[in-house]
Amino acid sequence: MAELDTSGGGGKGKKTRSKKMSTKVDLTAMVDLAFLLITFFMLTTTLAKPQAMDMFMPDKPKDEEKQLDVKASRTMTVLLASDNKIVWYMGVAGDNPPTVDNYGKSGIRGAFIDNNKKVIAGTGDPKKGLMVIIKPTDKSNYKNFVDILDEVKIAGVPSYGIVNKIENAEINLLKDQGVYK
Amino acid sequence: MPKVKIKRKSTSTDMTAMCDVAFLLLTFFILTATARQPEALAVDTPSSTVKTKVPDADISMLTIGQGKVFFGVVGQDVRIKTLQKMGEQYKIVFTPEETKRFALIESFGVPIANLKQYIALDNADRMKLQQPGIPTDSLDNQLNAWILQARYATKELHGNELRFTLKGDSKEEYPTIKKVINVLQEQKINKFSLITSLEGDN
Repeated sequence: MAELDTSGGGGKGKKTRSKKMSTKVDLTAMVDLAFLLITFFMLTTTLAKPQAMDMFMPDKPKDEEKQLDVKASRTMTVLLASDNKIVWYMGVAGDNPPTVDNYGKSGIRGAFIDNNKKVIAGTGDPKKGLMVIIKPTDKSNYKNFVDILDEVKIAGVPSYGIVNKIENAEINLLKDQGVYK
Repeated sequence: MPKVKIKRKSTSTDMTAMCDVAFLLLTFFILTATARQPEALAVDTPSSTVKTKVPDADISMLTIGQGKVFFGVVGQDVRIKTLQKMGEQYKIVFTPEETKRFALIESFGVPIANLKQYIALDNADRMKLQQPGIPTDSLDNQLNAWILQARYATKELHGNELRFTLKGDSKEEYPTIKKVINVLQEQKINKFSLITSLEGDN
């Protein structure tokens, strides 16, 4: 029988003692679960929104005269080849030997930074830096394209352009290097 | 000899306050979390170091993978308007019921001729269906039409320019990307975003 009076005072003889139940509940498991769920929701909410890389394509001019002329010495043409390889050369094709490079920190990024410095030293105007012309070939994939834009951004190249027209000479150049499969 | 008695301390701590805080935070995160719809075309986006987020409104997403292009636009009102305009252009009448169902479709990749059948399917069947992608060849460039009508719809409803994002698969061959970029450039859209996942600076 439950009794409210637990003072036990004044009772003679047999005491009916109701057992005092502790009001404390072990919350450890509950807290564990709550934090697990918090972690889950925190991570999913912050990562749910994808990142967006802005990119600009050059305007398609109707006539050739409207095209912007850039000094050949300032340009660096980057051809995205197959097998995650890059071939780049400075200026006009044939004037300078092409270099086969990789993506990433040890690859093209160094070339971007070096060439940018050289061009600025040559022009003497920090605003007239390197102009990178990116030419993705049909053998490259989308990841290569995003990677090269990312590298351009990381290296701080002042201007870049994406050109979808590839000359036959350039394809031959890639074939010579064995990176057009 | 006196015995030294070490008083035993209880190891249990009072967790009530901690529990309260944990559940408060949990409630907050559950309420702020947005449920993610399953994607019509699963793509593995390449990673980059950019940290700009995609805007919430007036945006269209072109998903590119396996040589197919899927089209999707954010906002139910824009979707309805776009569908009406497409119906006018292709002489297809969509019932109000179909329009309502279409407004809930995040992204799709079927030619407009099959769109009615596609709308009629329920969610589970839609997932199973192998969608052929939106035709982009020069004879019947429906992607071009979708993009154009979605831009008109956004302009009319919100007065803003629709922005485009490309969500491509890492392994996707460049010619497919080039095709989509060309379609955008035909309409003088020279600025768009590429969706990427996050990567460390190295």
